[in-house]
Amino acid sequence: MKKTFALAGMAGLLASTAMAVATLPASADGHIAGCPDSGRISIVGNEFPAIQTIGAGAMACAEAGADVSTNLTSEHQTINIPGMQGNPAEYTSAIVANSSIVGLINEDVIRPLDDLIAEHGDGIQQNQLITINGQVMAVAFMANAQHLVYRADILEEAGLDVPTTYEEMLAAAEAIRAAGIVENPVGGAYAAGWNLAQEFNNMFLGFGGSHFEAGTAEPNVNSEAGVQALEMMKALSEYMNPDFLTHDSNTTNAEFRAGNVALMNMWGSRAATLVDAEGVPQEVIDGFAIAGPMTVGGGDVPASTLWWDGWTVAANISDEDAEATFLALKRAIAPSILEDEDTAIQAVWLIDGYEPTPAAEGVFAAAQSGTIPYPMLPYMGLLHTALGNELADFMQGRETAEQALADVEAAYVAAAREQGFLQ
Amino acid sequence: MKHSTFFWFFAPTGLAMLIFIAAPIASVLVQSVFTPHEPVIIEAENCGPFGCTTETTIDQDATQALRDAEPLGRFRGFDIYFDRGHLAVAEVAEAWRTSDSLGAFFGELGDLPFYRAMAFTLTYTFVCTPALIALGFVIAISVNALHRSLRGLAIFFSLLPMIVTPLVGSLILFWMIDSRGVLGTFIQYLADDPDLSIKASTPLMWIALIIYGIWSSAPFAFVVFYAGLQTVPQDTIESAKIDGASRWEQIRYIIIPHLMPLVTFVALIQLMDNFKVFEPILGFTAQAHAQSLSWIIFNDLSGETRQLSAAAATSVMTIVCVAILLSPVLIRTWRDFRGRAR
Repeated sequence: MKKTFALAGMAGLLASTAMAVATLPASADGHIAGCPDSGRISIVGNEFPAIQTIGAGAMACAEAGADVSTNLTSEHQTINIPGMQGNPAEYTSAIVANSSIVGLINEDVIRPLDDLIAEHGDGIQQNQLITINGQVMAVAFMANAQHLVYRADILEEAGLDVPTTYEEMLAAAEAIRAAGIVENPVGGAYAAGWNLAQEFNNMFLGFGGSHFEAGTAEPNVNSEAGVQALEMMKALSEYMNPDFLTHDSNTTNAEFRAGNVALMNMWGSRAATLVDAEGVPQEVIDGFAIAGPMTVGGGDVPASTLWWDGWTVAANISDEDAEATFLALKRAIAPSILEDEDTAIQAVWLIDGYEPTPAAEGVFAAAQSGTIPYPMLPYMGLLHTALGNELADFMQGRETAEQALADVEAAYVAAAREQGFLQ
Repeated sequence: MKHSTFFWFFAPTGLAMLIFIAAPIASVLVQSVFTPHEPVIIEAENCGPFGCTTETTIDQDATQALRDAEPLGRFRGFDIYFDRGHLAVAEVAEAWRTSDSLGAFFGELGDLPFYRAMAFTLTYTFVCTPALIALGFVIAISVNALHRSLRGLAIFFSLLPMIVTPLVGSLILFWMIDSRGVLGTFIQYLADDPDLSIKASTPLMWIALIIYGIWSSAPFAFVVFYAGLQTVPQDTIESAKIDGASRWEQIRYIIIPHLMPLVTFVALIQLMDNFKVFEPILGFTAQAHAQSLSWIIFNDLSGETRQLSAAAATSVMTIVCVAILLSPVLIRTWRDFRGRAR
């Protein structure tokens, strides 16, 4: 039994390596085009399909003689800073998003890439460069946003249109439940912690809220928009699986695959390959559909946030390793990776030559309808943590919205004082 | 023993304790009274795929200069210990002033992270510890009563919960108590309530965590007691039998007094362990219902901005709490020791 597994794993590994090598031309002497032939490359990042592709692309450089390793895990955020603070750093690159780059910049563990771009930057487009205070700190390769994912067959059966607002979503949920099609038709990554806080951010921005008083680190979530956002979340949770406070985006997707969910707000990066898993019922595969993010409370700005994912290069490594890391990652996001159809649908790539696929519709709609990018402020991470810790009380009905938001602000202020953002 | 002999005998242990116990504690203590420098904030133009915006950001060079000048950070004394994330002195005083009843006051306390964590941690510790000692004792007595040929197998199976990695063990149980899991469905059937969900209810989640705690730690008590049972003087048991003592009387008057020092030992270790409960909270994704001091430390360190000083302060508070918790047992041991020495 064990042997079979090992063999299957090996075969999978061989297949993926073969595919990676096949998409990128290798010259006759074993030297792979674009790969560094020496140096240490060690990448830490999240684990959704598009990032797996980038990781595999960099791993292919191991053949050329570089020492390559990747650590792709949903816990990347917990380990990337400690893993880059040493000298030399354990990780030569962290794959980050607009939220997580802030922590790396705050701790000063990533290096400006301007000189490497000047030397090797051909093929990287201007809009891929993440510039902070005039210095390029990351190279983005994909855009992401949360948007509506739904079951077209269930909506049709209930005689409903595709919701464009959260109010319509609530009405649709009620109709689906009343018709006895699905008991808990709404899905959402409402797990206490980061996910719950992110859903609040979406809703809060949709109601026109802004997280901080303009130009300061003073919190501003205990406001009318905050209360409205929480009340909408609470209303939605009535139509969710009662365990919603333990459902992260992976669990929510599993619920959708199992046919238990008809409507959910989901990450574009996970939506494209949502129904590819084994054992998904045919009606879920056929009914699976995506649409843009919804608005809420009559606002024009979608209740969602725009994200980019990109790679960075560590500060505490030798210039040779930095160059090798840059080259390997540049090659991993080369326009030629889009020739593979499975790769092309994995994300909304920011790479030259990308043609939007139907799977990208949701994220494109988000970008076109004026969705606000997730705030890249040095103290946003602290507020996000405070939201994640304090909102669960409200969702369980133990507190009023005002109390929960006052707790959020108090928890944030204590943390911001410690970090020196507030006096 | 001569003083010099004792010194050289103890020196390696003492040195190891200094390096591996005293130094880390001192380091945590230092980290808890210093906080990071106030970062130098500037307005800068940031550009990306969604266009350019003027945003607040940290001036790295200027902040680095501050850090280089004083690498430890800002000295804050015990400020962190008293802030809302820890003892919350101001908030507790405010709650005391504004609540009309003791119930309302405790309700307010339960809203503060430290006191909320303490409520769960103490309940967990004081329910789990006696329960797992009792369960471990029952298993030990039962296994000891088995025929020799069966004991090896029984011991192996009784030890399994301790062998399974805590995180894996808690995850397995977590899936089983899911409203669509084996145990979850069974409990719904028993309660005749198809909407019952353990994961959505705080009291049920506490019970699940406590049961997990007893299940995972009982083998430890079992192993210790089982070893102790092998040293029970057989002649005493036999004379008791001749005097007509029942099995229960043998246990009550011979075995339990004989194992008492071991009970103290297990209680000591388990009070310490249970107070630091962490893995089941993570494995059960139970943070909405139950938090512990260890979980707070983990959470402070795992955000996008790590709160090292806050985590260090909570660590020091954990050490202090464990010391307070163990003091009755330690005092007792000390008295026994003095009593024997006399």
